[in-house]
Amino acid sequence: MTDEALFEFLHMEIVSHVYKEQQASKGEMDNKDRAACVSVLEGMGFRVGQGLIERLTRDSPSFKDELDIMKFICKDYWTKVFRRQVDNLRTNHQGTYVLQDNKFSLLTQLSGGKQYLDQAPKYLAFSCGMVRGALSNLGLDSVVTAEVSVMPSCKFQVVIQKL
Amino acid sequence: MSRQSNRTTDSKKMNSELFTLTYGALVTQLCKDYENDEEVNKQLDKMRLIEDFLARSIGRCQDFRETADVIAKVIGKFQANQNVSGVTPSVTNWSPAGDEFSLILENNPLVDFVELPDNHNTLIYSNLLCGVLRGALEMVQMAVDVRFVQDTLRGDNVTEIRMKFIKRIEENLPAGDE
Repeated sequence: MTDEALFEFLHMEIVSHVYKEQQASKGEMDNKDRAACVSVLEGMGFRVGQGLIERLTRDSPSFKDELDIMKFICKDYWTKVFRRQVDNLRTNHQGTYVLQDNKFSLLTQLSGGKQYLDQAPKYLAFSCGMVRGALSNLGLDSVVTAEVSVMPSCKFQVVIQKL
Repeated sequence: MSRQSNRTTDSKKMNSELFTLTYGALVTQLCKDYENDEEVNKQLDKMRLIEDFLARSIGRCQDFRETADVIAKVIGKFQANQNVSGVTPSVTNWSPAGDEFSLILENNPLVDFVELPDNHNTLIYSNLLCGVLRGALEMVQMAVDVRFVQDTLRGDNVTEIRMKFIKRIEENLPAGDE
């Protein structure tokens, strides 16, 4: 039994809990309910991301620029949280970044293709929050979304908000 | 890009932080969703985590004493993974009838960096652990009562979990009979 498995189990349990609670009070879930669940999960991820990045960068020197931060997220942060590095980072050099992970650790247990595609967003909300939380503590306000077309590969889109 | 932190030696501790922080976020969310601590305790108790694994480890035990040792070992391994300094929890305070014992943990890996605010005196932060232990034992046909007797979060020196064997669950009877 590894610690990574523990986190994955806990994550699954949290997702299932949030959706069950919402369902229990409403019966049928509409899009508004689904959005509420996603935002609860994203919020939880945000706090965790903030805490983690603090621990991770405690002894590091400060970053040169935004790109430097994003590279750190793709390598060090991703390794710490998802046990691998991001496979591909693209940017338009104007504040939008796309991070592609071809074997996203929280999706590998779900399916290896298109099955359960509609369930994938539930399992990505927390992670989006974690990225947003990490960036927030590094001084960057952002909007983070994720999309999946074939599991377990997924793309995170980060748009840095200019003040 | 070169960050000079000793990543390899710290990686185990980092993963435990991920779990601990996530657990903390969960408890915080539950406190927001439910008005009283009792309800939060109940929700934590209901969650299922590693019962399967625990049950498989316990499965072949002949008696309650052996079960106690296996549980202590599994928790000890979990602590070693979390890089928590300390030993395997000790199994002590056996009742004369041999049906009740205490697990003493010097370090509770769930509570790193946690402080309980004053208005949550009755919150059993680590209640997830009780639910998991009880659930695992139910899977091997044992009905057991699991309680926190001492909690480092509430100022005690150690964390003590008391486990009491209630009865063997017969396959044909519904499990929720106690």
